[in-house]
Amino acid sequence: MSKDNQVLEELTSKEYEHGWTTNIETESAPKGLNEDIIRFISAKKNEPEWLLEWRLSAYRQWTKMKEPKWPNVTYPPINYQDVIYYSAPKQSAKAKSLEDVDPELIKTFEKLGISLTEQKRLTGVAVDAVIDSVSVATTFKETLGELGIIFCSFSEAVQKHPDLIKKYMGSVVPVNDNYFAALNSAVFTDGSFCYIPKGVRCPMELSTYFRINAANTGQFERTLIVADEGSYVSYLEGCTAPQRDENQLHAAVVEIYAMKDAQVKYSTVQNWYPGDKEGKGGIYNFVTKRGLCAGDGSKISWTQVETGSAITWKYPSCVLKGDNSVGEFYSVAVTNNYQQADTGTKMIHIGRNTKSRIVSKGISAGHSQNSYRGQVHIMKRAEGARNFSQCDSLLMGDKCGAHTFPYIDVENKSAKIEHEATTSKIGEDQIFYCLQRGIDEESAVALIVNGYAKEVLNQLPMEFAVEAQKLLALTLEGSVG
Amino acid sequence: MLSIKNLQAKIDDKQILNGINLEIKAGEVHAIMGPNGSGKSTLASVLAGREEYEVLGGEVEFLGKDLLALEPDERAREGVFLAFQYPVEIPGVSTINFMKTALNQIRTHRGQQPLDAVSFLGLMKEKMKLVEIDQSLLNRALNEGFSGGEKKRNEIFQMAMLEPKLAILDETDSGLDIDALKIVANGVNKLRSKNNAVIVVTHYQRLLEYIVPDFVHVLYKGKIVKSGTKELALELEAKGYDWIKDEVSVA
Repeated sequence: MSKDNQVLEELTSKEYEHGWTTNIETESAPKGLNEDIIRFISAKKNEPEWLLEWRLSAYRQWTKMKEPKWPNVTYPPINYQDVIYYSAPKQSAKAKSLEDVDPELIKTFEKLGISLTEQKRLTGVAVDAVIDSVSVATTFKETLGELGIIFCSFSEAVQKHPDLIKKYMGSVVPVNDNYFAALNSAVFTDGSFCYIPKGVRCPMELSTYFRINAANTGQFERTLIVADEGSYVSYLEGCTAPQRDENQLHAAVVEIYAMKDAQVKYSTVQNWYPGDKEGKGGIYNFVTKRGLCAGDGSKISWTQVETGSAITWKYPSCVLKGDNSVGEFYSVAVTNNYQQADTGTKMIHIGRNTKSRIVSKGISAGHSQNSYRGQVHIMKRAEGARNFSQCDSLLMGDKCGAHTFPYIDVENKSAKIEHEATTSKIGEDQIFYCLQRGIDEESAVALIVNGYAKEVLNQLPMEFAVEAQKLLALTLEGSVG
Repeated sequence: MLSIKNLQAKIDDKQILNGINLEIKAGEVHAIMGPNGSGKSTLASVLAGREEYEVLGGEVEFLGKDLLALEPDERAREGVFLAFQYPVEIPGVSTINFMKTALNQIRTHRGQQPLDAVSFLGLMKEKMKLVEIDQSLLNRALNEGFSGGEKKRNEIFQMAMLEPKLAILDETDSGLDIDALKIVANGVNKLRSKNNAVIVVTHYQRLLEYIVPDFVHVLYKGKIVKSGTKELALELEAKGYDWIKDEVSVA
């Protein structure tokens, strides 16, 4: 409760807070995409032959695929040959400690409020910071190492843990799963890898901060989390991006593999540059996130707060293969000005007595369009499967749109499915009530919206919840009245 | 403290207030009575600055300031409090959180430091006793699922927390049983001081047995047609409003 207010009081600036760029020399590939570029990336990263073949196979499949047209979003055609697929900050030598890292990068992290110092240890967060495709610093690796936890950049994992990568990469999201996943598989430059050994409960929240930096650079991150039997991990992902005039493409892939009785909690606060008030610029965020509850009794929980991006196309999903496995999806998606979001989840029930829960809170303001798209699929074998879905939409003003596209497929008669949906407007009465108590209008909106989204925000780890509340308020400033 | 001169206001195309004149000094309690549709709640809403009402003419001075020129939130921060007839629900926002936001904005306006969590909690516990409200109610989402009595008590609790200079109670007695009425009235009485003033808007005399007014005004067709002391309220109770209506039509 006190943190809500602290957050509200801190609201002063109106403009996008993280709108600046860092001046770092980059070493980039030429624009465009072909097999040579993929060989260039693979060679730059000193990858084994099998991985190059994997990339090339993905690329060849991608060339035969078509960009999906079904999302409820519109944007001009993307010229995939006009994108730079590799850029890395130049560094003389591999950094071993913070002193070795480019001071400009450290400044960037500080502006973002990311401290790679002991403070983080006190707050219990290990950070694998990614700037433009290459991980520059990883902390707490040793502490985690003692427990047998592997938490490193994807590139490092390829070098040091090739067996794990080879076994699990693409096991949840196959290379040809969809257009953007195939593109990512061909050109991904870096990302994070996490392995939690059998029976280990990861003692800290693991987090990765992504940031798009070099102009006109597509960012293709890849995250793989493998939770062995009976393990637990909470993983945080947060994004902020500097202001850009040109649209930037972001096509990430996140895979989670949960074995018997393993639990993975994945939380995201996404704040990519949304474009300006006229809808110019902004990030195209086309992401494939999926978790596989492979073992019996496993659980995967997605929580997302989406405030940024010009276009969001994202469906964090759970494949509930193990018996008694559980999938959860908690989402707040905010769109303002000319933002477009088509987001939701898929819950695929394969195992017996599998359970899923979907809580989606959409907030539309300005001229934006906000769609929830969700699928609940109960397969034949999924005896006793249960799903609860709640999809709420909140409208601010009369120029925005909220849409709900629920798909339900049931192939087993024992399934129990509940679906609730509401659409409401922020009431003049509610705003007036707040005003009459001396609360200014911006704070009133922030208060009401945070109240509306509370059920989802409560799922976030504390420090993320604060950031998320800030983002909600910032995103919606000036959208009433 | 409050000086209303020839106030006229309308909602949609209907003029409701037809020239209200009223003077209120610090330390006074004024009751505004009148039949349904006479403009009682409109007066309360116009003073609080509700947007749907358009002021057509007149002046309202509050502590030397032109009240009508202020935004609703500025009026509140200056010390105008409206206890709503129908308090709204705000899902997911606890009364505690709501009050902390409000109080700290008001404090900042007064040039005071925002209260930290501990001092806020202390203040809250003290005020909770005044209106005999339970903390579990304040932890819940604002007014969501509250009974009529709980909502009204919560309004008075908020009044106690914000310590307004001018409190306007809009039909605070409606929907209250006698026990709840006594609790609410008792809370208001404890908050009365020589520095603040209260306007009690009510249809019935019942509430005025517990919150004893210094002056009683009768509103009819958007005008104050009769003013007096608390005896006027008793007379109205005995004779009904028709008596006033007749008197006005004769005049």
